[in-house]
Amino acid sequence: MGNIFIILVSTIFINNYVFARFLGICPFLGVSSKMDTATGMGVAVTFVTTLASVVTFIIQKYILDIFEIQYLQTIVFILVIASLVQFVEMAIKKMSPTLYNALGVYLPLITTNCIVLGVAILNIQEGYNLIETIASSVGASLGFFLALVLMAGLREKLELADIPEALKGFPITLIATGLMSIAFAGFAGLV
Amino acid sequence: MTDLMFPIATLGGLGIGFGVILSVASKFFYVPVDPKVEELNHALPGANCGACGYPGCGGLATALAEGRAPVNACGVGGQKVADHVAEILGLNSSLVSKEIAVVLCQGDCDKAKDKYRYEGIQDCRISSRLSDGQKSCSYGCLGCGTCFDVCQFDAIRMIDGIAVIDREKCTACKKCVGVCPKKIIEMVPYDNEAIVKCKSEDPGKVVRGNCEIGCIGCKICVKNCPSDAFTFENNLAKIIYEKCTNCKVCVEKCPTKCIVNPVKSGDEKTIAS
Repeated sequence: MGNIFIILVSTIFINNYVFARFLGICPFLGVSSKMDTATGMGVAVTFVTTLASVVTFIIQKYILDIFEIQYLQTIVFILVIASLVQFVEMAIKKMSPTLYNALGVYLPLITTNCIVLGVAILNIQEGYNLIETIASSVGASLGFFLALVLMAGLREKLELADIPEALKGFPITLIATGLMSIAFAGFAGLV
Repeated sequence: MTDLMFPIATLGGLGIGFGVILSVASKFFYVPVDPKVEELNHALPGANCGACGYPGCGGLATALAEGRAPVNACGVGGQKVADHVAEILGLNSSLVSKEIAVVLCQGDCDKAKDKYRYEGIQDCRISSRLSDGQKSCSYGCLGCGTCFDVCQFDAIRMIDGIAVIDREKCTACKKCVGVCPKKIIEMVPYDNEAIVKCKSEDPGKVVRGNCEIGCIGCKICVKNCPSDAFTFENNLAKIIYEKCTNCKVCVEKCPTKCIVNPVKSGDEKTIAS
């Protein structure tokens, strides 16, 4: 149990996928301009990452490891994630139109979010078991969610700030991201 | 040989497996789509600008098909798209008129007085926080150009410290309406020939002190209107556009000239000069 807690804290704060591992920067910059879209994306990522890492864990353990073809990991995982997102999208559209509308365009966008692939591969590298895999992917996506919501809050304020013309938009966002990244480095050594 | 067989079989097998699952799922999870929605989606501009208030053109198409949105909801597409949409839905589009945004303030640098000189960030949303802005009139246009900044169609000009919207360039996307902290940009029918260009709810004496061209609440327009198209609330005259017959009596009678005919007198001339 303590182990699970450590994995959660470590993935949310210390090894935050956006600020410490620099994964998923594209959606992080793309959808962090408004708070409600940031929340939508965060929920969708949490959902898909967790599901994808469970499925990839099973495929790694029962197909790739048994046939000793681990070098196919990346391409197989991409295949799995893309099909899974498609499948989940269709299933949600049928079963819960409300949830489908809430997630909106972010669900298909996640196919190309490198966090999903990154988490799946890192889970295997760390040698986690199934429970630890779930904890790690939930933590990773919550960390992404946190980063996204923090950034959205900042950017809503930045809209009104008096920023030099050359720095408006993405430059100032990247600078702010860098500063937040340094701040998150303060968590290092917590566990 | 097995070195080659296993990867090919695995990857091929997984690919085929997922393919089969997805094609079965697409049949199993099939959600019937209204063919109208598809057609409407093609009719709309496809810019996904969100100006209509729905999430992209797809969202508007759904709303149109369900009758939740008027056929002219897409301001960007204008009359052409509205006609097309009406045709698909089997409605008559001539019943709905084109709208444009108008800044309901004429208090420029010469006509309106200032309380103080503002030298902060040039954004009305910020300047309006400082005791309701620099204008003596707390309802007037602050002229920092926040609406100018959000207009994607180059339809807004800042002239003598107030915003003026070009009638022809305005696409009724309503971005400026939403962003104005004073809420003085409103949608009016394109062909209406009388507009009360003042939003001040102050009593007449106060208005006179602040601005040469504000509504002083004299009710002359209300009394003289032959078609009873005026309402009078909170010291301010308002035109009910549905009732207005464009007789322009109010434009002539208004003592402070705050009711104007936008088609003739107003905005183009100012922009040209």
